[in-house]
Amino acid sequence: MNILAAIKQVPDTDKVRMDPDSGTMIRAGVDTIVNPLDLYALEAALKLREEHGGTITVLTLGPPSAERALREALSMGCDAGVLVTDKAFAGSDTWATSYALSLAVKKLGGFDLILAGERATDGDTGQVGPGLAAWLDVPVATYVGSIESSGETEIVVRRLVEEGYQRLRLKLPCLATVVKEIGTPRLPTLRGKKFARSSMIRALNAKDLDAEEGFLGLRGSPTKVSKIFYPKVAREGVMLRAGDEAEAEKAADGLMAFLETRGLLAKGA
Amino acid sequence: MNQIWTISEQYQGEIKRVSFELLARGRDLADQAGAILVAIVFSDDNSEHPLADASLKELISRGADEVVCIQGTGLSVFQCETWSKNLAALARARKPSVIIAAATSSGRTLMPHLAVKLGAGLTADCTELSIEPVTGNLLQTRPAIGGNIMATIKTPDRRPQMATVRPKSALPLEPDYTRNGLVARLAADPTLTDPRVEVLGLESDIPDFENIEEAGIVVAGGRGLKKSDNFRILRELADALGAAVGASREAVDRGWISYPHQVGLSGKTISPRLYICAGISGAIQHLAGIKTAETIVSINSDPEAPIHKLADFAIVGDLFDIVPRIVKRLEARKTKGGDR
Ligand SMILES: Cc1cc2nc3c(=O)[nH]c(=O)nc-3n(C[C@H](O)[C@H](O)[C@H](O)COP(=O)(O)OP(=O)(O)OC[C@H]3O[C@@H](n4cnc5c(N)ncnc54)[C@H](O)[C@@H]3O)c2cc1C
Ligand SMILES: Nc1ncnc2c1ncn2[C@@H]1O[C@H](COP(=O)(O)O)[C@@H](O)[C@H]1O
Repeated sequence: MNILAAIKQVPDTDKVRMDPDSGTMIRAGVDTIVNPLDLYALEAALKLREEHGGTITVLTLGPPSAERALREALSMGCDAGVLVTDKAFAGSDTWATSYALSLAVKKLGGFDLILAGERATDGDTGQVGPGLAAWLDVPVATYVGSIESSGETEIVVRRLVEEGYQRLRLKLPCLATVVKEIGTPRLPTLRGKKFARSSMIRALNAKDLDAEEGFLGLRGSPTKVSKIFYPKVAREGVMLRAGDEAEAEKAADGLMAFLETRGLLAKGA
Repeated sequence: MNQIWTISEQYQGEIKRVSFELLARGRDLADQAGAILVAIVFSDDNSEHPLADASLKELISRGADEVVCIQGTGLSVFQCETWSKNLAALARARKPSVIIAAATSSGRTLMPHLAVKLGAGLTADCTELSIEPVTGNLLQTRPAIGGNIMATIKTPDRRPQMATVRPKSALPLEPDYTRNGLVARLAADPTLTDPRVEVLGLESDIPDFENIEEAGIVVAGGRGLKKSDNFRILRELADALGAAVGASREAVDRGWISYPHQVGLSGKTISPRLYICAGISGAIQHLAGIKTAETIVSINSDPEAPIHKLADFAIVGDLFDIVPRIVKRLEARKTKGGDR
């Protein structure tokens, strides 16, 4: 089974600190990591390769430094990395990103299954996976918690939905976005790290992809950010200490009164 | 005439509440834009739960001017490709200026797919929508970077303008059964059904499953609960409030409760009216999942826990002591017939 995994490099949210006074993000010194939710896609890919053999190609679109993310995936055991990079892609929204990725997938060719994360922790849209499937015209399953069976021509997946798990059978090639339930991502191995260091990363630019110019980057993106602002910190924040019995009783009474005034104890709240 | 569409969802023959929330948004936009509001819904007359005329009329009473029910074999359950192709065909014919769907598992899958097919822009997970005067552009506001900033996004040059809307971020309109509107049932073009995907069914009777996205109140526990059994204390609180039970990643990873309960970055993003959490510290990844909750209550023994800073009402204390006191009061209120 030949698998392609799409991963994104993102700022490390674990290290992101907010300036309590201005409410802004302190970006200085923030490292980049592989989108943590994409590690689940890599884990799913590695498990499928254990079962079926084949190769795992990791694809990312980003600045030249995004090569690091690819090497990290290689150190976990993936076989090859491809970096789609070009100034022309800067400022791409999810529509333009999924377009550019689809060209790369077509150019590389021959994949049975494409895996992606549920969403990227920076953009936080979850739109690139289904968008990529639409550009490629392959069927898509999102929020996949487990792959029940996989064969030469089809897979059966369970996807987490509001009411339970929807079971789908999809013909290959198809695309799946996965959630944490799919399995705990493995750590890089020593051998993997060595391989990652020595591996050639293939780079593709807009010309290599024969990309339609009007579909690229900021200009080709249908959506435009028109304003950024900080959410009003409307929370007034009452804090009660419940150190002893009397204080605990007062806190519980206080909470009840608070919920009552906010109408949160009425039926259907 | 200018049309604004909402994509409605049904579950076993009943329109979901989230679709009424969406209609409230759509009504507001249609009034601002001077457009007509069309509710689109899918149904299968040969399924176990076909959509009755009354359900379609309910969409009118909740704000739609027109209902289009696309009907065909297998269409009553979500199937991305087939829904997307049918909607794309309809959108090409009718040219709506705006299409909105709920940011549910279906909406978040369908909309990016459809946006590619239509060459349209799409904004995820909006919490505010309005129409810009003069240009008529849809102003789409969404939380970004874990809810730490808000971004307003426009799609100036392409139509339709598309957005998914975070569930629970608006209240449905009260039904007005005097409202009139056109209800049409439309046969789907069977050649648009994607033969490459087969829906095998829905497992809905899973033990320890919770639909926290659609709950008005969520009560969540974390590592401070100390062991699996202690979730019982939270469940009592949840029962007394009619709430769903959520959890931090620590609680899930320890196997105390299953993944569908997980709130946060690698779990679910929720927007309940009330979020009460006990024994959760409020790590940045946890907060990312609750930033748009209307009211947050924290119970944590550590006065320095970051969750207290975000909370509207914070109790610094031992959850094992505090939670039962709250439950007792809720129960007393109920027996008193508290819902005056
Ligand atoms: C990529 C990534 C993704 C992540 N995704 C998520 C996610 O989706 N959801 C999530 O929740 N986390 C997520 N995390 C983990 C997150 O960083 C925290 O580790 C986690 O949220 C901590 O869970 P907790 O608050 O239950 O535990 P802790 O941080 O250990 O907090 C336990 C709290 O309980 C309090 N406590 C203890 N005893 C009592 C008592 N008797 N009464 C009252 N209070 C008590 C303590 O004071 C403490 O504040 C993610 C992390 C990473 C790196
Ligand atoms: N620039 C990118 N390069 C490769 N894959 C991406 C990129 N952006 C997003 N993806 C994939 O699409 C998923 C959803 O991302 P998003 O729609 O940005 O939330 C991610 O988890 C990745 O698997």
